[in-house]
Amino acid sequence: MKEMSGKLLCAISDAYLFLNPPQPRSAMNLFVLLKMVPDTVEELNVASDNQSLDSEYLRFKLNDPDDHALEQALLLKEKYGGKVTVLALDAPEVDDALFTALAKGADRAVKIPADQATLGTVATAKVFAAFFAAAGQLAPDTLILPGSQAIDDLEGEVAAYLAELLQLPYLGVVCGVTAADGKVTVMKEFSGGLRGQFEMPLPAVLGIQSAEKPPRYVPVAKVRAAMKSAKIETADIAAPAAAKALAVERMYKPEAAGHAQMLEGSPEAIAERIAGLLAERGYI
Amino acid sequence: MSAAILVLVEHLKGAVADITFEMLGAARKLAASRQAPVYAVLLGQGVAPLAARLGAANGVLVVENPALAQPSSEAVIGVLKQIVAQKQASLVLVGGTNVSFGLGTRLAVRTRLPFVNFCKDARAEGDAVVLACQLFGGKILSDVKLADGKGIVSVIPGAFPADAGKSDQAPPSETLAVTVEASKVTFKQFIEPDAGDVDITKQSALVAVGRGIQTQDNVQLAEELAQMLGGAVCASRPVIDQGWLPLSRQVGKSGMTVKPRLYLAFGISGAPEHWDGMQNSECIISVNTDPKAPIFDGSHFGVVGDAVELLPLLTEKIKARKG
Repeated sequence: MKEMSGKLLCAISDAYLFLNPPQPRSAMNLFVLLKMVPDTVEELNVASDNQSLDSEYLRFKLNDPDDHALEQALLLKEKYGGKVTVLALDAPEVDDALFTALAKGADRAVKIPADQATLGTVATAKVFAAFFAAAGQLAPDTLILPGSQAIDDLEGEVAAYLAELLQLPYLGVVCGVTAADGKVTVMKEFSGGLRGQFEMPLPAVLGIQSAEKPPRYVPVAKVRAAMKSAKIETADIAAPAAAKALAVERMYKPEAAGHAQMLEGSPEAIAERIAGLLAERGYI
Repeated sequence: MSAAILVLVEHLKGAVADITFEMLGAARKLAASRQAPVYAVLLGQGVAPLAARLGAANGVLVVENPALAQPSSEAVIGVLKQIVAQKQASLVLVGGTNVSFGLGTRLAVRTRLPFVNFCKDARAEGDAVVLACQLFGGKILSDVKLADGKGIVSVIPGAFPADAGKSDQAPPSETLAVTVEASKVTFKQFIEPDAGDVDITKQSALVAVGRGIQTQDNVQLAEELAQMLGGAVCASRPVIDQGWLPLSRQVGKSGMTVKPRLYLAFGISGAPEHWDGMQNSECIISVNTDPKAPIFDGSHFGVVGDAVELLPLLTEKIKARKG
């Protein structure tokens, strides 16, 4: 009888473990914030209002540090377990970025249908803060990973605002994260290749500058498959009344103080010309 | 009558950073027409001796506390908030650097003042302040007006001359009594850059590669040219992030500041973060497919063309000349 109950207990415990596998203590609930920015490889022109970019020829791409933030989240998930949710406001080509993230290994993609282009960083951070405040998104194992900064962050970086609004610990210019016992150890870049190691409790916000590995490549076929099989969820969060904290008086292209003397001709001739210049000036 | 301008003194490992003098110079310029005092805010532990270098300010406000000792301490934010109130400050200038990153943004939330990022130039217009901000990797400027002259401004390194913020005079120094909160973030240690590799700050010729180099294999083309010139290869962030070259070869904001005699930039657009690290090179020759790449504005010679095509040709031509 005793033996029987022992076996029964074992079986129940096995079944329990099967249904609720033990999570490593460092498994995290990872959120990556994605932002679309104009691709600066294309020429940027100022619109006729002199206060914004001419949208006609603008091409959008995922903000570079956000791509690294996604990679860092995926690396953390691979190492410790947990879940990666990518989160974005509505913007041109943002669905592609969200599906790409799913194809790379994110578990959930959530779009907030507020128009990113009309919101400054302060308002954007308020929308994200409302998302995390609602529905108990913020748990003791939550790590929020926005990109450190974007090229159009006139009002400042969203990660720092979000941390302040949620009263969470924060560091920016982050280039590495490890986790243990409800804490993260974080590498931050200074200058001259100097890095600093910091520790902070979770939940926390980290502005990622570069992931520990280059962002992974995902074949287009895999993104297409994600588009067919996965869904982008929607979280309805109202944008704050004050869309922008700063008023741009005038937007313009910088006037260069100087310009290079341009060398023209065939590549062969140009190479010869540069070699000549280097010789004349005593560099070779 | 106009309220004070505060400059957050940036220091790391006991040295005052250049950005501090650049900001003091900018503050002096703004203060001139506003008849406002400029205060250098010196926060840390054992930092009081640094005050002697801050004579361009009307006064140095010192707070010493162990919680302020760690780099990028978030305790700075709470302290600055109290000083803003005590001195009825209108403007607070903070460095647009990795050290001060994120401090201004959070101070803005706590003081309910607007935060203005990427400031490259500033002028007073009566009580208002107009700030020219560099956006989209230096391709666009935006003028932002703070109508009441109040705000937190992040100043990009190299935008204002440092000399205007230096003075031999010893400034009056005041130690402030403020509350210092404990930091939720704990500094552990600095990790020094790997010393095993080539020191690019000591090279007289550098061949720099950026996104335009396209593949890791092509980095070898730059290596061959660098060898021919007796120099080394360095890179902008995208190449380092790809892992094609080690961190010790990065030039720019997070990387090294270099001043070689010759800087050859291949496939680098010249974003402010990179320009910051190599602008003082003696001779800059740049190759980029984009005729409007900002790198051409500051280079001595420029070529609109394909870096990958030009690299081996140039190596060959130099080899021929050297015989």
